[in-house]
Amino acid sequence: MQHIILIGLSHKTAPVELRECIALTMEETVDTLAGFRSHPDVNESIVFSTCNRVEILMAAQNSENAVQTAKTFLAQSKRIPVEQFEDALYIHHDEDAIRHIFRVTSSLDSMMVGEPQILGQIKDAYLVATRQKTSGPLLNRLLHRAFSVAKRIRTETGIGDHAVSISYAAIELGRKIFGSLKEKKVLLIGAGEMAELAVEHLMGQQVGEIIVTNRTFERGFALARRFSGRAIHFDECVAQLKSVDVIISSTGATGYVINRDQVKQSLRSRRNRPLFFIDIAVPRDIDPRINRLSNTYVYDIDDLQTIVEENIKDRGQEAAKGERIVEEATVKFQQWHETLKVVPTIVALRKKVETIIDGEIKHTLASLNGLSSDERQALERMKSALVKKVLHHPTIFLKKNGCREDRTLYLDVTRKLFDLDK
Amino acid sequence: METLVVITCGFYFLSTAGYLFYLIFQKDFLQRAGFGLLLAGFAVHTVVLGTGWYQSGHIPVRNLYETLLMAGWATAGIFLAFSHRFNLKIFGIYAAPLITLIMLVATQVPRVPVQAKPIFDNFWLVIHILTIFLGEAALALACGAGVFYLLQERAIKTKHHGFFYKRLPSLELLDGVGYTCLIAGFTLMTFGLITGIIYAKSVWGRFWSWDPKEVWAGITWLLYAVLLHERLTVGWRGRRSAILAIIGFAIVLFTFFGVNFFLKGHHGIFTRF
Repeated sequence: MQHIILIGLSHKTAPVELRECIALTMEETVDTLAGFRSHPDVNESIVFSTCNRVEILMAAQNSENAVQTAKTFLAQSKRIPVEQFEDALYIHHDEDAIRHIFRVTSSLDSMMVGEPQILGQIKDAYLVATRQKTSGPLLNRLLHRAFSVAKRIRTETGIGDHAVSISYAAIELGRKIFGSLKEKKVLLIGAGEMAELAVEHLMGQQVGEIIVTNRTFERGFALARRFSGRAIHFDECVAQLKSVDVIISSTGATGYVINRDQVKQSLRSRRNRPLFFIDIAVPRDIDPRINRLSNTYVYDIDDLQTIVEENIKDRGQEAAKGERIVEEATVKFQQWHETLKVVPTIVALRKKVETIIDGEIKHTLASLNGLSSDERQALERMKSALVKKVLHHPTIFLKKNGCREDRTLYLDVTRKLFDLDK
Repeated sequence: METLVVITCGFYFLSTAGYLFYLIFQKDFLQRAGFGLLLAGFAVHTVVLGTGWYQSGHIPVRNLYETLLMAGWATAGIFLAFSHRFNLKIFGIYAAPLITLIMLVATQVPRVPVQAKPIFDNFWLVIHILTIFLGEAALALACGAGVFYLLQERAIKTKHHGFFYKRLPSLELLDGVGYTCLIAGFTLMTFGLITGIIYAKSVWGRFWSWDPKEVWAGITWLLYAVLLHERLTVGWRGRRSAILAIIGFAIVLFTFFGVNFFLKGHHGIFTRF
């Protein structure tokens, strides 16, 4: 039977300096896969390399040789000695490897549990491996299983439900207010990393016009160019209250940039359309009393932070449900994996053929009356001979000859042809 | 007949349970089950009213029992129609219990036998009754949308995101649904009042007789007219619109039941013990 082996390092075992050294570029990944393909100790292989982990998934007859090969390949392709990263490596076999790949794909092993990118990254890595023809029947099945486990966890648990970053939390709130942020007008007051990130996320929601204002007009102008928006002078921003829908503020001002009366006066000409303030500045830019006006909502950085923390806590609870699904899937996959041993397959095959012949004999005997017990025994003997002869060559083939290279494939085909898994 | 009413109630009750579980567990199949059961209940309900109408030859709203059956049917019908229009799954948790409640009350009130009178056989009366009932059902849903709006707005304003915040849709959608329900309800009610006035003229010879029911119906209509007018001219929306939709429906209820119990008028026998 082929073993499933996973060797790798991640944010849990290796510091970022080391992960940077080990991370494989696309070319390096392809080269490594090509190396595995021509190596006799590794039958199947997939290489995952993201900023938080580098992992090699293999199917091989001899686990130890495969692990050695993988280590050597990593060291060679990154030109660093094995000793330098050996301590950070984890190695999982069979059931543990299956569980690990399920957990990784479902984002249960991620730095930020539930983040959605990992599934796409694994799919890409799998695509590369199939193009390089290094993934075979065993890993194909494992990966497809992993994708469906990930999908199931995403739909059945709330693992990816709520935002765990400030800017996404703001977007989520915006959606609860406006329904869709499409075509909504955004005003960005001031600049700053988090505010710019929020605007970028908003652009992902296909917002309408983006207006930027800054104390120094040039800086605002540059930002507006970046967001393909429009820059206005700082003292014009109050006039914009009449038309915008979302206001993101992050200036270094010591007092409020927008006060309650300014908003109150604009409400009527806005015809009470909702207005959403996201105040990322410390000290605050937006008068918190504005929140009490009708159809206006003000969230400051602390409010958003609180939401994020609650969401992270929720994710933790949902992750526990995900672990149960992974456990269930792991056991199932391991059971299938076990059946790929030669002997159980041959036994199952014999049983299948015997059952069929037994059924037919019984059927025929029912219509033949007055058969002596000798004659019946002769039929029995004929049955054993049939089973033996029919299965003689397949048995030899599966046991020894013919499928030296990839027994897993033939065992899998056999089980499918004769429907042995039911 | 009686069995069919029980079956109807059963479907509505199960639908309520389905929506309740949907509210708690957020599984889509529960919502679909709730919706399907409500649809089934509505189908049986239609048969009940149809047979009643066919057998007596009059639109079956001659005593409180029949009136409530009709009110439940109208609410279910309007809800089903609106569900088709809006993707607002959670709304069933308001509509299904409301319909069930109406039906339960209906089965509990005494069935006063009524004499057929010739004034019941009138085209305008049938239109009057149907439009008024459907209109009031739409206003009941507007009230529900208002309640949901207030809950959701409160969660967003107080920044306390609890049980309902996750389950309720956006303010914009809730406001939009409420507005559509208001428009539909107001239009139907206006139509119902006009046909009622025509009917009054045809049987009593007067368009308007300052009957308490008529007066209160006029007040209700005015309130909704003001609400819609303000919305169209200065953009009354959101919280204020939601509160008025709730108050408006309270007045509808008073006009529907209260007037008959506390005041007198020519609708008396239909909605009194």
